[in-house]
Amino acid sequence: MNLDKEIKKLQSQVIENQMSRRAFMTSAMALGVGALAPSLYSEAANAAPKKGGVFRVGIGAGNTTDSLDPGLITSLFSQVMLRGGVRNNLVRYTNTNELVGELAESWEASPDAVTWTFKLRKGVEFHNGKTLDANDVVASIKHHVAEGTTSAAKPIVEPIESVKADGKNTVVFTLKGGNADFPFTVYDYHVQICPANSDGTIDWQSGVGTGAYIMAAYEPGVRARLKKFANYWDESRGHFDEIEMTTISDVVARTSALTTGAIDAMDRCDLKTVHLLERNSDVNVVEVTGTGHYTFPMFTDVAPFDDNNVRMALKHAIDREALVKTILKGHGVVGNDHPIATANRYHNKDLPQRVYDPEKAKWYLKQSGLSSLDVDLSVADAAFAGAVDAGVLYKEHANAAGININVVRVPSDGYWDNIWLTKPFVACYWGGRQVEDQMFSTAYATGVPWNDTHFKHEKFDQLLVQARTELDDAKRRGMYYEMQRIVSDEGGAIVPMFYNYVSATSKKVQYLKDGWASDADLDGYMGIQHWWFA
Amino acid sequence: MLAQRLSLGLVTLFVISLIIFLGVSLLPGDAAQAMLGQSATPETVAALRLQMGLDQPGYLRYFSWLGGILQGDFGISISNQRQIGELLGGRFANTLFLAVMAAIISVPIALTLGILAALYRNSVYDRLVNVITLSSISTPEFFVAYILILVFAVNLGWFPSLANVSPDTPFFARIYACILPATTLTLVVVAHMMRMTRAAIISLLASPYIEMAALKGIPKWQIIVRHALPNAWAPIINVIVINLAYLIVGVVIVEVVFVYPGLGQLLVDSVQRRDLPVVQACSLIFAATYVLLNLIADILSILTNPRLLHPK
Repeated sequence: MNLDKEIKKLQSQVIENQMSRRAFMTSAMALGVGALAPSLYSEAANAAPKKGGVFRVGIGAGNTTDSLDPGLITSLFSQVMLRGGVRNNLVRYTNTNELVGELAESWEASPDAVTWTFKLRKGVEFHNGKTLDANDVVASIKHHVAEGTTSAAKPIVEPIESVKADGKNTVVFTLKGGNADFPFTVYDYHVQICPANSDGTIDWQSGVGTGAYIMAAYEPGVRARLKKFANYWDESRGHFDEIEMTTISDVVARTSALTTGAIDAMDRCDLKTVHLLERNSDVNVVEVTGTGHYTFPMFTDVAPFDDNNVRMALKHAIDREALVKTILKGHGVVGNDHPIATANRYHNKDLPQRVYDPEKAKWYLKQSGLSSLDVDLSVADAAFAGAVDAGVLYKEHANAAGININVVRVPSDGYWDNIWLTKPFVACYWGGRQVEDQMFSTAYATGVPWNDTHFKHEKFDQLLVQARTELDDAKRRGMYYEMQRIVSDEGGAIVPMFYNYVSATSKKVQYLKDGWASDADLDGYMGIQHWWFA
Repeated sequence: MLAQRLSLGLVTLFVISLIIFLGVSLLPGDAAQAMLGQSATPETVAALRLQMGLDQPGYLRYFSWLGGILQGDFGISISNQRQIGELLGGRFANTLFLAVMAAIISVPIALTLGILAALYRNSVYDRLVNVITLSSISTPEFFVAYILILVFAVNLGWFPSLANVSPDTPFFARIYACILPATTLTLVVVAHMMRMTRAAIISLLASPYIEMAALKGIPKWQIIVRHALPNAWAPIINVIVINLAYLIVGVVIVEVVFVYPGLGQLLVDSVQRRDLPVVQACSLIFAATYVLLNLIADILSILTNPRLLHPK
């Protein structure tokens, strides 16, 4: 008798709800593995998501001005509702850091990685009964690349030269240049697939998608009610019957709603009190380190920041450990002045961690011919929660190195229009990217609109283009390591810390066994589709 | 007289709409930039501006908005293209519901406490009521709200901490959900009304006609309720109305803490996103509330004391 096989068989009966716990135990005894039985049972029981229930989630960021237009999605509420529930993308990112097909069944690249062919899943239905075909995908992509688009994802899909339907179930992308990581471009949460109108635009207004949930009621900034879509193509996901989403912008209100059982999950716990929430026996606090990070970008073409010695002095004058401890209350990790996180595939772990060293900062200052340095740092809490405090702490740290940072507190209102990309030294946050290439080409390549450090580096730009088409993994790794070193040693961004997503759910909510995805909040926006009630 | 007041009210509303429009236009950034936030690029902002009609000069946008309002059309929200009338309707009803509920609780309490305080002035009771109501008005609203949530929602579990009512919430469920927010508002507004009631009555107690009543041997509580109070109504009504107006226009913090979908949150969001038509509509409603309530206060004062029609 093959013991493994027998156990698997028993477990699969549990998974299919054909066997009770008691029957499982008895059979396991008979196999002589009685002692292991409880854990074998729970492994199987956990693997079998239970269907049903109304899942209620409270989310901090949601605005009455939120739009259903996929190009204008900004709040976590819309991201979770539209990306996690109502619509699908061509691909998705799993909790084991893999990119798998969602509406795309498979894809392949031409040898130069310029032409990409995506085969669509067949028989996928929209909520209004229409069957998905290549035209819907083409229109959905064009929504972001077309002339005069209003989409925030325009810079992300910029590399797409053209997109065409080839028959009903194939879509062909031609890129402006080779890109081995192109599938990650259509993974971006903006690039959702909506039904096409006859004129080649998309119908985003109706909120119809192919996702696990139908938008039954939606009041922007207040609430949404989603109902399970009976014909959802993916039977392994979408376990709840209904989802109730509520915008609860006040973190104390969110927390008390969770502890009183008015909601089953919340995002963004209050870091100051989360250790108290952890003591609550009905609540699970889940913490995930992703790619999100806080930065202090400086313009590398504006004096005094145009001198790398000054930049290095400033980089050595900040105490990263202290910032993680005070601003993030320990819920994060220190950064190394480049935007690639430990969660990324090619994170350069050989690069020595830069530490707080006022003496070295003074030395660099001397190299630049200055005996002291006065700079203005513009901060507002719009940049990230605690940015003003972080600025003041930085000022104190830098004082020891003879650097005088004048912390200018500016209004949060309009921060991204009037301060960021305008003032030479500010605070900023980045959600980060799963793909090194995307992160670098969005914010560090020469001349791109979001290059908030005005960074211009010939060798870096060359490496960036080379690495994009390099299919040899070791060589590619080498290039990305080198790029991280360049940004860290010569770039204009001080990256003091990577923040964790700290969320909480009630204990009765069950997750996939490998934990939460690290690419975004609430299990990569997908919690409402991937979780179930015990 | 009434017609004159009403037409002056309309002029006020017009001036307010002009001030709000100019004020919000002066704020840095516009709806297109606010919408795209950190992801904005010059091309997408320009395209979005075109789509939102922000490429037109401000005065044209203002007059087309004004034209719409005169025909009863609030227009559409520029950030998500929803009908503003629809957007406001439910929320204004929610705001009114909470305000009325808080008023029904707080006004009788304030009057009773005030009359009793005047009756037993300078007693231990008077001091106690003063200390309690003044402390509750001096405590920030959100703090009162948190304390109530902690005690009644988290520890005792009697009332829900979320008051996220929806249009299909039944009436009594709605009242139940609103108990904590209404209590918070009550604690905030009682002191003002109660102190005014007490002060208005006490200032009359020195008048000769009250002395006469006392000499006739009328019991103290009757002197206050039957002789003093009727003459004290005018200032009391004015204070009550100011507080009612506050309950309608000033409760954004309570809305946020209890997740109550009222107008305040909508106004704050819309200012942040520079959604001018929505800001305009909300401000008009708030301003109209003030104008109307003040008018009602004056009418009621005159009804209780016709002498006010003929000032000396």
